[in-house]
Amino acid sequence: MSENNHVNEQELALAKEYVSMLESGNAEAADNILAEITDMRESQLFNELGRLTRDFHETLNSFSSDDRFETLAKDDIPDARERLNFVITKTSEAAHKTLNSVEESLPLCEALEDTLKKLDEEWEKFLSKEMKPQEFRELSIVIKEFFNASGGDVKAMRGNLNDILMAQDFQDITGQIITKVITLVSEVETSLVELVKLGSKLGMKPDSSEKNKKAEDKDVLAGPQVPGLESETIVATQDDVDDLLSSLGF
Amino acid sequence: MNKDMKILVVDDFSTMRRIIKNLLRDLGFTNTSDADDGQTALPMLKSGSYDFLVTDWNMPGMTGIDLLKAVRADPDLASLPVLMVTAEQKKEQIVEAAQAGVNGYIVKPFTAVTLKEKIDKIFERIDAAK
Repeated sequence: MSENNHVNEQELALAKEYVSMLESGNAEAADNILAEITDMRESQLFNELGRLTRDFHETLNSFSSDDRFETLAKDDIPDARERLNFVITKTSEAAHKTLNSVEESLPLCEALEDTLKKLDEEWEKFLSKEMKPQEFRELSIVIKEFFNASGGDVKAMRGNLNDILMAQDFQDITGQIITKVITLVSEVETSLVELVKLGSKLGMKPDSSEKNKKAEDKDVLAGPQVPGLESETIVATQDDVDDLLSSLGF
Repeated sequence: MNKDMKILVVDDFSTMRRIIKNLLRDLGFTNTSDADDGQTALPMLKSGSYDFLVTDWNMPGMTGIDLLKAVRADPDLASLPVLMVTAEQKKEQIVEAAQAGVNGYIVKPFTAVTLKEKIDKIFERIDAAK
């Protein structure tokens, strides 16, 4: 600022001199003063242009010298893509393993439930002394068979529960991978902010027609909602969906 | 409501298809088939005399909303009850589905109770309209 004030004073002094030369009719001296003022303005402009060029050059140099951008684009981002694909594979495998175990166990549970219900009915009959000796002999065979079969069934269910337990190990690996990708995204963000800063220093402005492109792009579905990132156009719960639908006459 | 009715479950993720089919089985509906997107589902619906369609929205090939519109535009399928089970919960999308003639709309993640409630409600209305 002090430099600017100084320059202004200098210009002011020259301008006053210019006016007095014109008034006294000294055209030659007046022309010289005018030329001096023009020179002064031009040198200011060149200085400013020089400073910008230097800044630009230095920033470009700093980007190319740490070659972080190149690594990000050539290696890190494709690498992150691979890792995220692996997360999809692992989570899908875990879900299928769990579903397999559940689908194997459910019929065993149902069979166990049915047999228990039948045995309970028979046992009630026995307790209320409505059972004939021959029926009791048959019942004792059924009970023995039940013991034999259910031992195996329970063992199978225990195995299935163990498989479900082990299928949860995906969480550890996928958690680590996702944490790495989050770090990478933060790094890309920092680099982009640097680029935007450089751009605005050089007077570049974002194209406003691109600005709202994301909001207007209707072909891209919004997808699942994430807690903490809800927006006003989103209904939060099933109850809200029901309310909205009933307001539409459903 | 007929527990033997033929149900088609459409979702691009096989885990979700399995979950929905298991939940339906638990509710007593065992006559279920599945498809991974609208393009696969539509010919099945046309030739298969299904009684009920449960579909996701966001799928490659043909989306659930396009499948719903195609079903409503086909004179043989127009009256097929359709339940949407989707992660899409933008107001305008729900309105779009309603306007396209959806019978029920469930947002993911959902519970077995919600699924039962919506299916009950859909068939109560259909039975009441008869």
